[in-house]
Amino acid sequence: MLGAGPGFGGTVPGRLIDRRGTPAQPAGVPRSQTGGPHVRDTRILAYLLLLPATVYLLVFFVFPFVQVGITAFAGPDGFTLRNVNAMVRDWRFLPAFGNTLTLVVIIVPLQLVLALTMATLVTRLGAGRDIVLYVWSIPLGISDLASGLIFLAIFNQSGFLNSFLHGLGLIDQPVNWLSYRNTGFLIFAVVIAELWRSTAIVMVILVAGLGLIPKAYYEAAEVFGAGPWQRFIKITLPLLRPSLQTALILRTILALEVFAVVQAIAGTNLPTLLGETYNWQFNLQDGPVASALALVTLVISVAATVAFLWLLRTPEEVRA
Amino acid sequence: MTKAVFAQSRPARHLHTGRWLTAASVTLLCAWVLFPIYLILVNTLSSPAEVSGFPKRFFPSFDFGSLLFFYNFRGVIGALINSILVASLTVVLAIGFGAPAGYALARFRFRGKNAFRILVLMTRAFPLPLLALPLAVMFIRTGLDDSVVGLAIVHSTLALPFAVLITYSLFTGIPFEFEEAAWTLGCSRFQAFRKVVLPLALPGIAASGVFAFVTSWNEVFAASVLTIRNRTLTAFLLQNLDVSPLYLKFAGGAVLVVPALVFMFAVRKYLFTLWGIASR
Repeated sequence: MLGAGPGFGGTVPGRLIDRRGTPAQPAGVPRSQTGGPHVRDTRILAYLLLLPATVYLLVFFVFPFVQVGITAFAGPDGFTLRNVNAMVRDWRFLPAFGNTLTLVVIIVPLQLVLALTMATLVTRLGAGRDIVLYVWSIPLGISDLASGLIFLAIFNQSGFLNSFLHGLGLIDQPVNWLSYRNTGFLIFAVVIAELWRSTAIVMVILVAGLGLIPKAYYEAAEVFGAGPWQRFIKITLPLLRPSLQTALILRTILALEVFAVVQAIAGTNLPTLLGETYNWQFNLQDGPVASALALVTLVISVAATVAFLWLLRTPEEVRA
Repeated sequence: MTKAVFAQSRPARHLHTGRWLTAASVTLLCAWVLFPIYLILVNTLSSPAEVSGFPKRFFPSFDFGSLLFFYNFRGVIGALINSILVASLTVVLAIGFGAPAGYALARFRFRGKNAFRILVLMTRAFPLPLLALPLAVMFIRTGLDDSVVGLAIVHSTLALPFAVLITYSLFTGIPFEFEEAAWTLGCSRFQAFRKVVLPLALPGIAASGVFAFVTSWNEVFAASVLTIRNRTLTAFLLQNLDVSPLYLKFAGGAVLVVPALVFMFAVRKYLFTLWGIASR
């Protein structure tokens, strides 16, 4: 189902495990001499090892999300639409909804192109490949709040952008780029900050995916006269589909959660879904309305995941 | 490699341009990543007056006024300690619960394996920081509200699925025959694991621990919702965004970034095990 790729749960070549969960016997060694644990013991062991993680996810992941759904529609007298109404009536809701979707729609495709460029460049590098990969993956470890603050340093009124323009003699007075009336620029600044920070993860997934494509395909294509562009379109993109799917799902969900970058750069001047959720929960102390907002993000996230799973599904006949 | 293949079939002049173009793009993209980090470091190593002043210089004056102000600001050191505590606890929880599951997935076949796999992968479709909302209620009932433990529990739901997938791929990479050989030599299952598998898996497990630490260290939303007095550094910075002077924000940003540089350097060899394979 989700992100089905090679490896997980499938047969691992060269692995000596039979169906019942017992290690198969190494050739020529009688069962009694291997000292291998008993069939039932191993199965119990497997379940024991899985138990903590399963319980953890049920208690702290599945149950709380069910709780979000309940809280969003729960009132003192049972089912109520009060929370949903309060959420929708708030004038910041629609801008928050629109801004979040706008950001996702701009950021994700742009960073996919950027990451594909980076990944393709990496495969062409010989010496220096490791250092380039390290540098390009640095933002992977950087907080969205930190990246927001970094670009605040660049775009704020006394920031580096204005200093640079001043140095070139293009402006006399510092421009207030991040003004609340400048929604277009606020979105631009957030897009730049997010492209800077979160493209690294896409690049890493795609570089790993490119490594799985057999080199022989390219050699064969070249023998038949395919140019670099044709090879990219006919070989790289189709075979990269599982990686693209993973990257798109991962990044779309994370882009829907955009929060700290926006808070750092635009404060409350650019409402977002998570920003409003935080506002209702933390500042207004209204948990139920916050839950209704959370449910909106949740539904969009799950819908986006399902859409990508379906749109980029690997055709049955291609699957190993 | 492909390069060699391309090299034979292209005209020399073409190749030369291509190589030049690659080098230029790579350099440009390295600058795109590094220059913004350099700029916030310039701000951090300048005096508060310089940070608020205009126009700004593109070189640091190596004045520690901003950093001193940050260090002496009420609550900063406590927040820093809380960040480290929450992140460390997240590492313990994520690896402690995730690694056994990863081992079970790599070594056994059993009914329910696919269901567990779907449970783990499902976490990816959900906006996990929002867990802070329902868990806030649960924590108030159990006395875990505004606590290091409560926040670490939320951060572990972010880190645990990755720990499972990463350790799964690590253990899969260690041949099962090694363990079997140890059994034939008289080791129990546990001894075989501890003496043969663990030493081989340890560097990878350490790397996934670093990732769990980074996940928690960087998390903002849940930390800001769940903590008031026991704030982490990210929660502290976020909750004070409206009232902080610029030099406090930038120093805080730099303090968040610098460990990231070290962490990424430490795990650079495991990047693809961690993110490439784990994310399939």
